[in-house]
Amino acid sequence: MATASRITRERKEVAAWNHDQIWHPPSKAQRWIDLVFRRLCVAFAAVTVALIAFLVLEIGVKALPAIREHGLGFLYGTTWDPNKAAYGILPEIWGTLYTSLLALFFGSAFGIAAAVFLSEGYLGEFAFKILKKFDLHFHPFWGKLPERLEALLKNLIELLAAVPSVVYGLWGLFVVIPLIRPACNWLHTQFGWFPLFSTDLSGPGILPAVFVLSIMILPTITAISRNALVSVPPKLRMAAYGLGATRWETILGVLLPTASRGIFGGVVLAFGRALGETMALAMLVGNANRLTVSLFSPANTLAALLANSFPEAGAKEIPVLMYAALVLLAITLVVNMFGALVLERAAAKSEAK
Amino acid sequence: MSDRRPVPAKEPSNAETLLHRVEDQAVRDPFGGVDFAELELSLYRPRTMFSIVLSWIVGGMTLLALIPLFAVLWMLVWRGGRKLSLALFTQLPPAPLEQGGGFGNAILGTLIMVGLATLITIPLGVLTGVFLAQAGESKLAGAVRFSAKVLTGFPSILAGVFAYGAIVLATGGYSALAGGIALSILMLPTIILTSESAIAMVPAKMKEASIGLGATGTQTVWMVLLPTAMPGILTGVMLAVARAAGETAPLLFTALFSNYWLASNGRVDLMQPTASLAVLIYNFSGMPFKNQVELAWAAALVLVVLVLITNLIGQSFSRQQVNQ
Repeated sequence: MATASRITRERKEVAAWNHDQIWHPPSKAQRWIDLVFRRLCVAFAAVTVALIAFLVLEIGVKALPAIREHGLGFLYGTTWDPNKAAYGILPEIWGTLYTSLLALFFGSAFGIAAAVFLSEGYLGEFAFKILKKFDLHFHPFWGKLPERLEALLKNLIELLAAVPSVVYGLWGLFVVIPLIRPACNWLHTQFGWFPLFSTDLSGPGILPAVFVLSIMILPTITAISRNALVSVPPKLRMAAYGLGATRWETILGVLLPTASRGIFGGVVLAFGRALGETMALAMLVGNANRLTVSLFSPANTLAALLANSFPEAGAKEIPVLMYAALVLLAITLVVNMFGALVLERAAAKSEAK
Repeated sequence: MSDRRPVPAKEPSNAETLLHRVEDQAVRDPFGGVDFAELELSLYRPRTMFSIVLSWIVGGMTLLALIPLFAVLWMLVWRGGRKLSLALFTQLPPAPLEQGGGFGNAILGTLIMVGLATLITIPLGVLTGVFLAQAGESKLAGAVRFSAKVLTGFPSILAGVFAYGAIVLATGGYSALAGGIALSILMLPTIILTSESAIAMVPAKMKEASIGLGATGTQTVWMVLLPTAMPGILTGVMLAVARAAGETAPLLFTALFSNYWLASNGRVDLMQPTASLAVLIYNFSGMPFKNQVELAWAAALVLVVLVLITNLIGQSFSRQQVNQ
C-alpha cells in the first residue's frame, strides 16, 4: 500500500513539472557558461605552470647582477663579508649537505624501522594476543582494538610532521641543547683527537640541528616506505613463509628488496626536504660561516643564511642573497625531480606486476 | 673378434638419473635426509633468535621515534600552559624588559594571512584539479602535474624569496599581502593534487549518468563531481591550511613582524608589516628576556593547538569520504 501511494505521489510530482523546462538542449547561455568554465580551468592550470617558470625567472633575474660580479667563484669562496663585498657560499653549501646527509642517515634508520613495524602489524598482533587471553578477540568493541591501535600509531607518526618547524626549533633551543651538552662536552674532552668531536658544544651547533632535522624528515620516510612495503604482492610473502623462512628472513630477503625502489624514492624526497628546511636550522645550527666536520661546532646552511640575512640585507646584498637562493633552488630541484622520477618508476613497476 | 665389443647401455641423462634417485629415495625413505629437529621452531635457534631480536629492535626504534613528539607536546603544555591566560589573546607584544603582554595581533595576523592565502589558492588549486581530472594525459596536464610535484618539495624559504622579489620590492614595503601570497605558493600543490585525486575517485558511472542526462560538462562538474569529491577536497584544503599556519620562513621577510594591530585609521590595512605567531616564536626565542621566552612557549602552544585542530578537522572529512 505504502509503495502504491508513493508511486502515485511521484507521478503527481512528475506531472506537476514544467516539462518544457526539463527537456531541452542546453540553452545558449548554458553553452556559453560551459565554454567559459572550461577555458577558465585550462587557464588556471596554465597559471600553475607559468608560476613555476615565473618563480625561477624572478629569482634568476634578481640574482643576475651578483652572478655577473662574482661568477662561479661565489660557489667556492669561503668568506662572507658585506663590508669588503667578499661573498662565498662554500661553507653554506657544505653545511647544507653535511647536516642533510647526517639527518638522512638517522631519519632513514628510524623511519624505515617504523615503516617495517607498521607494515608488519606488530602492534595489532600484540593487542590481538592479549585480547585472546581474555577471550575478547571477537568482541564487537574490543575486537576492533588491534586495528584502531595500528591506525593510532600511524597517525601519531604523521603528527610528527604536523608540528611546525619553528616549534621544533624552540624545543631544540631550550630542551635538546642543554640536555645533550654535558654528553657532547665529555666526548670532546675524552676523544677530542677524533675529527667529529674536535670542538666543544657551547650552544647551537650541528648535532642539535641534525637531531631535530632527522625527526622532521622521519614521517616522510616512514609514510612512503610503509606504502612501498604494503604494496608488495602478498603472494611473495606467502611464498617465503611457505618455504620456511622466518619473519625477518622474509623481511630482509624478500620484502625490503622488492620495496627498495619505493623506499629509495622516499629517502630521496626526504633528502630534498632536509636541504630546504629553514627554521629549525636557522635556530639551531649556530649561523657561523665555518667549514667544519665537527659535530659540535656551529655552522650555517643555505636556507638559514637566507633566513638570517634577508631581513637586514641592504640593496647591495640582495642580489647576492638571490644568487644563494638560486643555488639552493638548483640543488633542491635536482634532488626532488630525481626522487619523483624514482617513485614514478617504482609505481610503474609494481603496476606491471 | 676384437672389434665386437658389447654395446654399452645408453647412459641416462643427468636429469633422468637425478629424477630416478629422488624417486628411489622417496619410495625407500620418504623423509630421508630431513632432520626433524631442524624444522622445529625453537626460540634458541640462531635464525629464530635473530628474527625475534630484530622485531624487538624495530619496535624499540619506533617507540624512540615517537618520544620527541610527546616530549615536544609535554614541554608545550608544561612551559606554555603556565602562561596561558585571556590577556594573551587580547594584548599586544611587550617591549623588552616589560612584563605581561600577549600576542593578539599575531593570532589575528596569522589568521588573516592564512585566510588570504586560502582565498587565493582554493579557486586556482581546485579548478586546476578539475582540469587535471578531466584532461587525462594531455601535454598541458603532464606539465601541470610535474609543476605541482616540483612545488611540493619547494623549500618554503624560497617562496619567501620569490614574494620578496616580486611583491615587497615592487610595492615598496613588507605587507600582509606579500605574506599571504608566499603562503599560497606553499598551499597550491597540496590542494591541486588532493583535488585531482578526490575528483578522479568519483565513480565513472555518476559522471556518465550526468552527461547521459544531457548535462553540460560544467553542470556535471558543479552538480556531480565537486559535491561528491567535496570531503576529499576539504581534507586537502585543511592539510594545506595547517601547513601554512605553521610556516615561518616565507613570512620572515615578506610580512616581517609588527608590535601593533593590523590596522590604520581604524580600518584593516593589508599593506603594512604584520605579526604572525610563527615569526613571534622565532623572534622571541632569540631574546635574552625571560618574559619574551615564556611568551614564545605560550605562542607555540597556541600555534600547535591551532594546527592540530585543523589537521583533525581535515581527517574527519576524509573519514566521511571513506564511510560513503
